[in-house]
Amino acid sequence: MTNALEIEGLTKTYGSGFEALKGIDLCVKEGDFFALLGPNGAGKSTTLGIVCSLVTKTAGKVKVFGYDIDTHLSDAKLNLGVVPQEFNFNQFEKVFDIVTIQAGYYGIPLKKAAISAEKYLKKLGLWDKRNTPARMLSGGMKRRLMIARALVHEPKLLILDEPTAGVDIELRRSMWSFLEEMNRQGTTIILTTHYLEEAEALCRNIAIIDHGRIVRNTSKRELLQQLSLETFLLDTETPLAKAPHLDGFECRLGDEGVLEVDVEKGQALNHVFSQLEQQGVKVVSMRTKANRLEELFIRMVESTTPAAESITEGRE
Amino acid sequence: MNPQALFVAFSTIVVREVRRFTRIWPQTLLPPAVTMTLYFIIFGNLIGSRVGEMGGFDYMSFIVPGLIMMAVITSSYANVVSSFFSMKFQRSVEELLVSPVPNWIILAGYVTGGMARGLGIGVIVTLLSLAFTRLQIHNLPMVVVTVFLTSALFAVGGFINALLATKFDDVSIVPTFVLTPLTYLGGVFYSIDLLPDFWQGVSMVNPILYMVNGFRYGILGVSDVNPFVSLVMILVFIVVLSAIALKLLARGKGIRH
Repeated sequence: MTNALEIEGLTKTYGSGFEALKGIDLCVKEGDFFALLGPNGAGKSTTLGIVCSLVTKTAGKVKVFGYDIDTHLSDAKLNLGVVPQEFNFNQFEKVFDIVTIQAGYYGIPLKKAAISAEKYLKKLGLWDKRNTPARMLSGGMKRRLMIARALVHEPKLLILDEPTAGVDIELRRSMWSFLEEMNRQGTTIILTTHYLEEAEALCRNIAIIDHGRIVRNTSKRELLQQLSLETFLLDTETPLAKAPHLDGFECRLGDEGVLEVDVEKGQALNHVFSQLEQQGVKVVSMRTKANRLEELFIRMVESTTPAAESITEGRE
Repeated sequence: MNPQALFVAFSTIVVREVRRFTRIWPQTLLPPAVTMTLYFIIFGNLIGSRVGEMGGFDYMSFIVPGLIMMAVITSSYANVVSSFFSMKFQRSVEELLVSPVPNWIILAGYVTGGMARGLGIGVIVTLLSLAFTRLQIHNLPMVVVTVFLTSALFAVGGFINALLATKFDDVSIVPTFVLTPLTYLGGVFYSIDLLPDFWQGVSMVNPILYMVNGFRYGILGVSDVNPFVSLVMILVFIVVLSAIALKLLARGKGIRH
């Protein structure tokens, strides 16, 4: 299978001397739905910025569908669609113009561009707003406009930098569905996000970047299997005065009297329930305390040192 | 990109630019028309009638070519510097940077957009001048070539200014402190024959003097300098400034991190 994106030994040192990337290797297969995760300042946006030509690299190789950005930049860009983190369109232009002008930059004549613009504006629920100046749109609409603009030339690789930041839950879910549909139709998608729930729901492969290095690059399944401990929240029928003693499990009372139980990998939840039943505690509902990926992510980033070696493991 | 795609990209930039300055015509087209009309009335009619002849022509006829050229220079420059800097400021320049448009097409598109406004203003001011004087064209090709090249030159200058500018103040510094003095001292309102020898020598290093006089030669047939030297100088400036602009674009100066 072709690689949608290949990055080798990518480094970036800004004029201030700050070393944002310290030799990144990354490979994203065609058709993948890939997440690049990391804390603020880890190097996510710098990496994607270099791929999109918004940031100049210091050293290293970047190829988009086999096209080296040093020697075949134009071909690489033709295969690439970009949805940046911040709104970056002319606020005074109309929605339809923003999308068709972008198509024009890719050499698509207006007639053809108009058809493509209509297709994506309709899919993203913006067709009714086509004659509205961009500044009049809501935040969610502006995000969708940037997605429509990025897709108007039908790129094979779509890069989204925090695509659902500041978007309400309903809209976020509808954007997820749209992106999943795009991926099913063959578009390779790379996204960065702070909503780890988003990465867990959408992506098949995940790389975690910290201090300018890739500290994990593996499949989501492999990553989640590494979780050794999960915390479950149990809502009891009657409020508990103090946490019950459960053999083999750590438990405590959390906010609003919710019972928090730590369950290590390999332990059976049945033992929790049987002990609670013996003590007369009736559980009415249960959920995990936090997003599983989030827990893992926090642990990984906390334990990362700048000297950590990059690890590439089995991928789907 | 194939030649057809390049042309589509180029025309997209030009059309966008033309639509931008026509959409905000009260800011872009109206002010120079009003200002130049005031120049015609005050300097041409009221004061000009007392000045008498200049270079063998009545004062109004003498200043019209200079005023047209002044309007073309300032508008060509202002269009590109304000448009491209606004794109940088709003980050919409990223739309261009992520696309496969080559740098020379970006430069050509913006320069053509600036020329469209500059030359459009030139036509408006020329039509207004007809209300005050009769224009007799001495050498039409010279008029056309000089005004086109001058407009292109200052559009390129505006582009470089926009690339280097980091704040809105930087956009107005060059027009206020460089372009305006050079234009006023570039023989728009007087023949340099009126100046003492020393100041005539100083005037000869002002590039705008050559443009104004080249254009005046095309219209009136009189010039303080050799009009063909003017054309060569403008061409040299265009080549040098375009090379600088392309170099800055390739380095991503002011637009890439």
